[in-house]
Amino acid sequence: MSILTLTHLQRLEAEAIHIMREVVTQAEKPVMLYSVGKDSAVMLHLAKKAFYPSPPPFPLLHVDTTWKFRDMYALRDRAARKAGMQLLVHQNPDAVRQGINPFDHGGLHTDMWKTEGLKQALDLHGFDAAFGGARRDEEKSRAKERIFSFRTASHRWDPKNQRPELWRTYNARKNKGESMRVFPLSNWTELDIWQYIHLENIEIVPLYYAAERPTVMRDGLMLMVDDDRFPLGGEKPVMRSIRFRTLGCYPLTGAVESRATTLPEIIQEMLLTTTSERQGRAIDHDQAASMEKKKQEGYF
Amino acid sequence: MSEIYKTDALIAENIDAYLETHQHKTMLRFITCGSVDDGKSTLIGRLLYDSKMIFEDQLATLEADSKRVGTQGEAIDFALLVDGLAAEREQGITIDVAYRYFSTEKRKFIVADTPGHEQYTRNMVTGASTADLAVILIDARKGVLTQTRRHSYLAHLLGIRHLVLAVNKMDLVGYDRAVFDQLVADYRAFAESISITGFTPVPISGLAGDNITTRSDQTPWYDGPVLLEHLETVELDQSANQHKPFRMPVQWVNRPNLDFRGFSGTIAAGQLRPGDDIRVLPSGKTSRISRIVTHGGDLEVAVAGQAVTLCFEDEIDCSRGQVITAAKAPVEVADQFEASIIWMDEEELVPGRAYWLKVGPQTVSATVAQPKYQINVNTMEHLAAKTLDLNAIGVANITTDRDIPFTAYEESRDLGGFILIDKMTNRTVGAGLIHFALRRAQNIHWQSTDIGRAHHASLKNQKPMVLWMTGLSGSGKSTIANIVEMKLARMNRHTFLLDGDNVRHGLNKDLGFTDADRVENIRRVGEVAKLMTDAGLIVITAFISPFRSEREMVRGMMQPGEFMEIFIDTPLEEAEARDVKGLYAKARAGQLKNFTGIDSPYEPPEAPQIRIDTTRMTPDQAADLIIEKLIP
Repeated sequence: MSILTLTHLQRLEAEAIHIMREVVTQAEKPVMLYSVGKDSAVMLHLAKKAFYPSPPPFPLLHVDTTWKFRDMYALRDRAARKAGMQLLVHQNPDAVRQGINPFDHGGLHTDMWKTEGLKQALDLHGFDAAFGGARRDEEKSRAKERIFSFRTASHRWDPKNQRPELWRTYNARKNKGESMRVFPLSNWTELDIWQYIHLENIEIVPLYYAAERPTVMRDGLMLMVDDDRFPLGGEKPVMRSIRFRTLGCYPLTGAVESRATTLPEIIQEMLLTTTSERQGRAIDHDQAASMEKKKQEGYF
Repeated sequence: MSEIYKTDALIAENIDAYLETHQHKTMLRFITCGSVDDGKSTLIGRLLYDSKMIFEDQLATLEADSKRVGTQGEAIDFALLVDGLAAEREQGITIDVAYRYFSTEKRKFIVADTPGHEQYTRNMVTGASTADLAVILIDARKGVLTQTRRHSYLAHLLGIRHLVLAVNKMDLVGYDRAVFDQLVADYRAFAESISITGFTPVPISGLAGDNITTRSDQTPWYDGPVLLEHLETVELDQSANQHKPFRMPVQWVNRPNLDFRGFSGTIAAGQLRPGDDIRVLPSGKTSRISRIVTHGGDLEVAVAGQAVTLCFEDEIDCSRGQVITAAKAPVEVADQFEASIIWMDEEELVPGRAYWLKVGPQTVSATVAQPKYQINVNTMEHLAAKTLDLNAIGVANITTDRDIPFTAYEESRDLGGFILIDKMTNRTVGAGLIHFALRRAQNIHWQSTDIGRAHHASLKNQKPMVLWMTGLSGSGKSTIANIVEMKLARMNRHTFLLDGDNVRHGLNKDLGFTDADRVENIRRVGEVAKLMTDAGLIVITAFISPFRSEREMVRGMMQPGEFMEIFIDTPLEEAEARDVKGLYAKARAGQLKNFTGIDSPYEPPEAPQIRIDTTRMTPDQAADLIIEKLIP
């Protein structure tokens, strides 16, 4: 008998597919959180694989802040259409009304659009399981989170009270009011994600590739002026060849100078680079253990 | 320079060649176990650091943290890289399973970092359940400790075939060969005593970096592999798994339209090709594989570990939880097993109580018998046990409410490993490893009788029923039950009253008042009540029956619609004030242990068919209400 040794990517792929199938058979109303980033792109691709030839039996949900890059909105709509999946977009009506934005409202911006917005959307539709693209290698508090992670009725995470998770036998039974966050990419690293995108030819937002873009410097972050809502106060944006290693709200997402215009070049740059990917995000810099605190409060 | 550093040149010069290599990497999952100060976090931190998995900004944080809270003075405290959650950082210990990732030229590694303290056996078992290899760390100065034995035993129990004995802190014993050899000999003696057939000893220093990624100059006498080299070359379980007969538990029936019907799952063992004969268990139906479907196209061969969708040539029944196997080598099917149980919940195991048992994608109801013995994980002694509490490991028989396909855990983790879930809290309370099926289940068949339960009932001209009264001691159950029976007798109904106190004088006189005994008490009463309903009787029971799970268990034994739960709702103060039998006084005085309402809980029914508020109606009125409901 010849042995067919599975590569690490094949094993990670199989694991993610297994997890997704466990969710749809055990949850009453699952949904996939779709943030249009590279991790979401991989997760959506895996969902198509998991249920083929059926379409994935759940909708996509984008918790929108109205401050994403324009390229992200374009890909979001196209990707959902191509997958034959329903796309739900939720914008926190309170944040809309109060005009919450990253320039004037600091931490409140993330809190209201993302944390509150997510809770609202899940409650509104009654979703009891939400897939998220978070990886354990991103951040220390995520390294300890289970693949099936339970939230109380008020969406809080209790790191001290997690269920043991053995083999690939997942306990998805929930108590009244509880919901699950499920992370099929838990065991993937940033390099795995890029390699998989390369290998599977997955479409990603063009902003990951280097191009000449208008930029300004703010608090040590190089920001892209994506639309005319960016308050410049007379400053003239500088055209630089930049790309993004991670994508969020454009006024909060730092770019890196780069000439990488192909996936191998991006991977090359990533491997030779010396800063971790979350550094480009303002959200983690708030305080030590900030992500753990945000998660406990209901941030994904 | 180690191998890992050389890759930078390749990445810079020929990224395509680099990617090509990395696409073909394999993956090894391993766990590290050691006692609190054995240097486990330091070792993992070192592996991450040496394989360049730490970025500059993380390093800056690490350096700052090292000075602030580190234990290494001005030097980098690698342990801080690994100790994740804020609470733990403050306590200076790791408290849960954390997963770390790094990779080399040959492999990607997933490390389950599990804590060493006694109270966290469950975390180690969790980490070990997905690992191919375990690194057992010992401090060269301290030797083989109780914890070392426990970790080794657990790793072995969970089926890890590759053990590495990492003798750490060799720098603190002057890299003395004699110390190393003695420790290895000590460990070997222990390992053999618990049937561990082989292990790989490596002398290391996590702090100084000896023999971790590179060979140390300090140990010229050592000619075995350095740690990382061993991790990169050890044989993977997935290869061994492919030599076994084909098995795939079905997760999901894939039915996009009327023309396609496939069965999706992850292959647990073996290989499969289109045209192979298969058998579906427990039904035993056979067919042949027509297609192995994936998004990337149909496969010519599929192997253990892959997630696929299978199509059969024939339309045979198959659903979630069933197992597709090689036709000529099916798995066993049974409803009674012996298994090792690892208890993981604060609330102890209650023998006889029904839990959800999940094996692969299948969930069934199951009860665990009183353990045959508990294992002292420090001495490996077998101890007598009535139950298992948090972190205890024992061996017990399990009975499921239907036949399930399975293998021994040794044979397959997917088909022989199960979790137990509390039906009320939904927590994962235990893990189990199937040893073998008990033959009893196969050898006792139901004897069919010619006069059935319908016949018995029609002779009596009544519908059999169980009127199950539950409530605190002194709530009035027996009084009301007695009146109900008298009234029914006057109506020419055939009844029988099972009273808690009376049953304990005979059938259940061997039982006490522990949680386990209370469960068994109710189980026996349930079985007797069931026989009586088969005989056509209206059964009235008066038992405290304090736990919801057991009342649900009894409901499950009866025919649908033949169980009526009646909550005799008397507040504790009221029952205690009445104290007809003087028991509350005794309990309060500490002369009576495990008394419901005092030092043992009562779980009131959430949705009883009838609720009797004894503070607002007389026993006679209560009896009328019950009869009205029974005979409308």
